[in-house]
Amino acid sequence: MAEIVLRATDIEKDYPSRRGPKVRALRGVSVALAGASTLGVVGESGCGKSTLARVLVGLEQPTSGRIELMGELVGGTVGAGLARRIQLVFQDPFSSLNPRLTVSVALNEVLAVHHLVTGRPERRRRVDELLTMVALGPRFLERYPHELSGGQAQRVAIARALAVEPRVLVLDEPTSALDVSVRAEVMNLLSRLQDQLALSYVFISHDLAMVRHISDTISVMYLGKVVESGPYEAVLGAPLHPYTRALAEAVPLPDPEIEAGRRKAAAGEVLTLGAEPLYGCPYHPRCPLAEDLCRAQVPDLVELRPGHEVACHIAAREAPVGTGPAARADQKETSP
Amino acid sequence: MSQAALETTGPAFEAGRPVTAGEPLLALRGVGIGVRRRRRASEIVRGVDLEVFPGQKLGIVGESGSGKSLTVLSVLGLLPDPPVRLLRGQITFAGQDLGTLDDRGLARIRGAEIAMVYQDPMTSLNPLLRVRTQIVETLRAHGAPRDAARARCREVLNQVGLQEPERVERAFPHELSGGMLQRVMIAMALAVSPRLLIADEPTTALDVTIQQQILELVEDIQARTGMAVVWVTHDLGVVARIVDQVVVMYAGRVVEKGPTRTLFAHPSHPYTLALLGSLPHQGTLHRQPLTQIGGTPPDPARLERGCPFRSRCPFAFDRCAQEEPPLIERGPGVAAACWKSPDEWKSPDEWQK
Repeated sequence: MAEIVLRATDIEKDYPSRRGPKVRALRGVSVALAGASTLGVVGESGCGKSTLARVLVGLEQPTSGRIELMGELVGGTVGAGLARRIQLVFQDPFSSLNPRLTVSVALNEVLAVHHLVTGRPERRRRVDELLTMVALGPRFLERYPHELSGGQAQRVAIARALAVEPRVLVLDEPTSALDVSVRAEVMNLLSRLQDQLALSYVFISHDLAMVRHISDTISVMYLGKVVESGPYEAVLGAPLHPYTRALAEAVPLPDPEIEAGRRKAAAGEVLTLGAEPLYGCPYHPRCPLAEDLCRAQVPDLVELRPGHEVACHIAAREAPVGTGPAARADQKETSP
Repeated sequence: MSQAALETTGPAFEAGRPVTAGEPLLALRGVGIGVRRRRRASEIVRGVDLEVFPGQKLGIVGESGSGKSLTVLSVLGLLPDPPVRLLRGQITFAGQDLGTLDDRGLARIRGAEIAMVYQDPMTSLNPLLRVRTQIVETLRAHGAPRDAARARCREVLNQVGLQEPERVERAFPHELSGGMLQRVMIAMALAVSPRLLIADEPTTALDVTIQQQILELVEDIQARTGMAVVWVTHDLGVVARIVDQVVVMYAGRVVEKGPTRTLFAHPSHPYTLALLGSLPHQGTLHRQPLTQIGGTPPDPARLERGCPFRSRCPFAFDRCAQEEPPLIERGPGVAAACWKSPDEWKSPDEWQK
């Protein structure tokens, strides 16, 4: 494993609520991101994945827990020098770009604010370079956001994030607001930039196919907790947590042959934050496998296979540590 | 199957379709929808022909701006007129020309025979009225006596799998989750036992697990009642799961149509091919570049001569700039608006440049 560029440990984030108890958006989330790799974060709306994104880049202060970026503790006395090493790219490029600034002005502004490039000709060169990186030519310099397509605007947003030479990009649903035909363009660009600049990504999305396509490791979140995490093939190919399985099975694949042979499995209504069960595993009210233990005791995130952690009593019992591929096939058969 | 160019408006095209059981329930012929400004009319949906047979599940696929929503709104006479209106073409439902009906006649069909479910249930329900009031109101509008309407309301809420129908019918929309609201919308649509359900991206705003339940619900009801379904979406996964016929729209016109399996296995239009390649699916290698469609869709109101897809198409040649291709038959029930047949295409690798 390469060096860890970003490590978040036991992150808790509570929001006060006017009536009732506080909303616990993140409850003890830990993630680790290796250099030049991608961590995919998946989960339904309200699972806390966007809160995690905001906490990671420092837009929100965690209630407790620690975040280390390139070995240094983030927060407190650390200045902008470290903070700019991690940048956030939002879902909708049109609402994250200022409609009154041209591409050139928007990029120049970032460079000026961070005192990165001094002198107009140097800055001009850097802006050209950034646009080239995201495969936009100099003809886009004088355009306003409304003169860009969704894909182009998202590329400008990525260029702006890259302007401060980050090591980590947190991408919060970067393709969800885009049309199907331009999603591929943004995905291909992200892969290429990662190879060129040795960037690390936290890729947050509900689009499991895209997450699987780009991620090296994947964390599945449910009600503010990571319930499963590990290498992408293991987590989405042979999921151990019943929630991950339900999620993976719910995604319709663009292949009628596969769809025709698929099992049907309803997964129950999503619970919103604050409506979770008081005791036991947060997933038990929706889980088809739930037993008494699940209703009484919260399962810990346990490493069941090398690098593959799962928070499920039943998975832990049925897949003891160190089982090989044979046990994996067995596990699949016993799934609901 | 003959590969000869064949206009799809003729009966010869129909002869090739696998589903020809009787008359189509819904048929659109040469539908053009446009905006009329001053004396100039610009057509944003052009020459759309499609038919839905009883019990059929048809998917209309396209990106934003492809005209898919306008097309289905025209069926219900719900185009935002002004400025958008039906400029030409004929829409028949169960043999009746909808264009000859007055507003009252149309209102009788809309809701009773053809029901619609929209993308965002939160904006289609009245936030000030309880769910029961809204469903009962719909039924009363179609002539049901109050008691019967109440009973039917409870019945349909049960049918759509809502856990506590007694609680839901007394609830206001804000008290329900997105998935529950979409079920309520479907219940409302089904309350009148329509023969055709039009669903315009009804699951786009929902989580995948809830989407799955809604898809299953509609399939279930469809299997039980035999109603036809038109499903408008940009999600090819949803199409693969639930529809048996697909119509692909691009820049306001139909560019390909065919049975779902054929269309996914052997796309006949380069745009369909590219759309399928742009998604990671089984067999796509991890981080392998996806098919990119360069450029952007043209503004359907300002189309130049020739094929609207040509500037983004790697297979385009001289003729594509001169003449817009009609729908050409490419197999049993398959037609595509492309001058080249798939075997004349270069390798799909040409997309990656």
